[in-house]
Amino acid sequence: MTDPTRGPAADRDGEPVLKITGLNKSFGAVHVLHDVDFTLRKGEVMALVGDNGAGKSTLIKCIAGIHPIDSGTVEFEGREVEIGSPREAAGLGIEVVYQDLALADNLDIVQNMFLGRERRRGIVLDENAMEQAARETLAKLSVRTVKSVRQQVSSLSGGQRQTVAIAKAALWDSKVVILDEPTAALGVAQTRQVLDLVRRLADTGHAVVLISHNMNDVFEVADRITTLYLGRVAAEVRKDDVTHGQVVELITAGRSGDLGLAPATAAESM
Amino acid sequence: MSTDTPKEQGAMKSGPVRMADADFAADRRQNDMAGALRDYWAQVRSGDLGAIPAILGIVALVALFTALRPETFLTDRNIANLFTQALPVTILAMGLVFVLLLGEIDLSAGVTSGVCAAVMAKLIVDSGQPWYVAVLGAVVTGIVIGTAIGWLVAVIRIPSFVVTLALFLGLQGITLRLVGEGGTVPVRDDVIVALANKNMPVALGWALAAACAAGYAAVQLWRWRQQHSRGLSVKPLQMVVARVAVVAAALLGGTLLLSQDRAPSPLITLAGIPWGVLLVGVLLIACTFVLGRTPYGRHVYAVGGNAEAARRAGVNVTRIRISVFMIASTLAAIAGIVAASRLNSVTPSSGAGNDLLYAVGAAVIGGTSLFGGRGKARDAVLGGLVIAIIDNGLGLLGTKAYLNFLITGSVLLLAASIDALARRRRSSAGR
Repeated sequence: MTDPTRGPAADRDGEPVLKITGLNKSFGAVHVLHDVDFTLRKGEVMALVGDNGAGKSTLIKCIAGIHPIDSGTVEFEGREVEIGSPREAAGLGIEVVYQDLALADNLDIVQNMFLGRERRRGIVLDENAMEQAARETLAKLSVRTVKSVRQQVSSLSGGQRQTVAIAKAALWDSKVVILDEPTAALGVAQTRQVLDLVRRLADTGHAVVLISHNMNDVFEVADRITTLYLGRVAAEVRKDDVTHGQVVELITAGRSGDLGLAPATAAESM
Repeated sequence: MSTDTPKEQGAMKSGPVRMADADFAADRRQNDMAGALRDYWAQVRSGDLGAIPAILGIVALVALFTALRPETFLTDRNIANLFTQALPVTILAMGLVFVLLLGEIDLSAGVTSGVCAAVMAKLIVDSGQPWYVAVLGAVVTGIVIGTAIGWLVAVIRIPSFVVTLALFLGLQGITLRLVGEGGTVPVRDDVIVALANKNMPVALGWALAAACAAGYAAVQLWRWRQQHSRGLSVKPLQMVVARVAVVAAALLGGTLLLSQDRAPSPLITLAGIPWGVLLVGVLLIACTFVLGRTPYGRHVYAVGGNAEAARRAGVNVTRIRISVFMIASTLAAIAGIVAASRLNSVTPSSGAGNDLLYAVGAAVIGGTSLFGGRGKARDAVLGGLVIAIIDNGLGLLGTKAYLNFLITGSVLLLAASIDALARRRRSSAGR
């Protein structure tokens, strides 16, 4: 049986960290995800693109343990796992950075980065150890845009906030970092900073998922692109093998030339 | 570092990262007095006022009442009186700080203190229980009420305003039932009465004040040394020393004032710190520790700042919500005991009057935000002093009752306005 959902780039190099095969998810009568295959590799940025309603958020929420899956297998570092809750996802090393709602304004950067997972000495918070670890993580990601780690988040710009949220995800022993529209509300210079950070995140050995509507961002940092079309994977391609135009066609029509869903499948999904 | 758990070490595998100045160390360079003062000033200008309004308020009010009543206001006796007057409101306010930190409100804290005091008085008078059993009974009553409020707010999701307004009415009924219509339960137990009416020996007062000052200095300097030696962001040493000096001066100055003989007749001596002040001191240290140094306190601030972020970070938001109402009601029980001690009795209207309004006012004047996320235990003490000075000063002036209401209400509105304006300032300062 041929697999129309695979682009030519499938399974070329890179060590898979997370491998999803044949994932199906329905909400009641609505079949949201159809036989989705999705593979994330160490050190690579995977862009996840698709129109509104294509199933990007649902797929992410399945990976993050928010939605249970109906069928399909999830392999994490070679062994099959079930991700039943956000906590289990975090335990595996899967971190999600949401567009907003990620930081508490009234806490400083260190306090936010360790929120919910504070280091303690007895019953007391170990502030010094936390500050030191936060500094090391920020330095490793070459974050230069923040004046002080003891600055309150309320005094940060949108780009700085996003930087802190991403650095927070990298602070833990995380292997997969999922970024939901990290540049959506940012200006040009701030977008630049965040994209650089996304790249460094992959270069430090994380598998990164970047959800974005912005093709410039996608082509700038992604190694591979997965296009979702009405709940199916239209194609997984290497960035270097495709053009802007082809990706846009994949997003809007589900196929582009010899890429993408078979004409019958694409039409049936309408 | 040695405190790393194995899991965390994975992320830091590459060992200590050498941080060139260009990398990420801007906050360690400006470790001088001028820089710190500049930062502080920028913080104040952006709407983070801290204790400034309360301290200015205390200074202004003391000056005002001293000018108006020079012969009575600043006497040793009145100062001691003022401190005991502030006790119940301060303790009540300290509990409310926890609730306000989540952006919630507990309108029933005042009447909760009344119910708990009634339980205590009935246990002593009717059942002949010793004082510690009675106090335990009052505290347990407080915990039960707080759990009920917390459950209704956090699990059933009724707005706290409505839940506690309902309890404000309902609990008055319980006090009335316990005490009896038109009745009064006298409180004559020696230990309970001593709380607000007796003073500790002068020598003990000095010893405790000195120990507190020395302990505070030791903690602050030790922390400074730790941060300095590990290359962390640190305040300049002069600033730490100045803060220690101010706190030590306040402690020792207060002790000096309260150690004067303030007896109206030369035949007896009346001197020393009231025991209730010690109680407030202990509660202040405990609450400050819980809020500032424990994961629980950090989570309270996080839920108050952004409940959704806290939930996603794995904080059990429901449990935090319930717990703050439990703390507030427990401290309300203690406030009720102190109030009963001060008046030597419990009446059906105990805690139903202005107490709650005063306590909310005290917390807000002290610097706790009504919008959640900002506040400290010390706010209750500073704000409680402001409220007590107003109450006491107006009493000395002999103002009409209607004016007292108007003035106290205006002060609360003023504090809430400062809070709201400062908040607007903060949100416009964040870019």
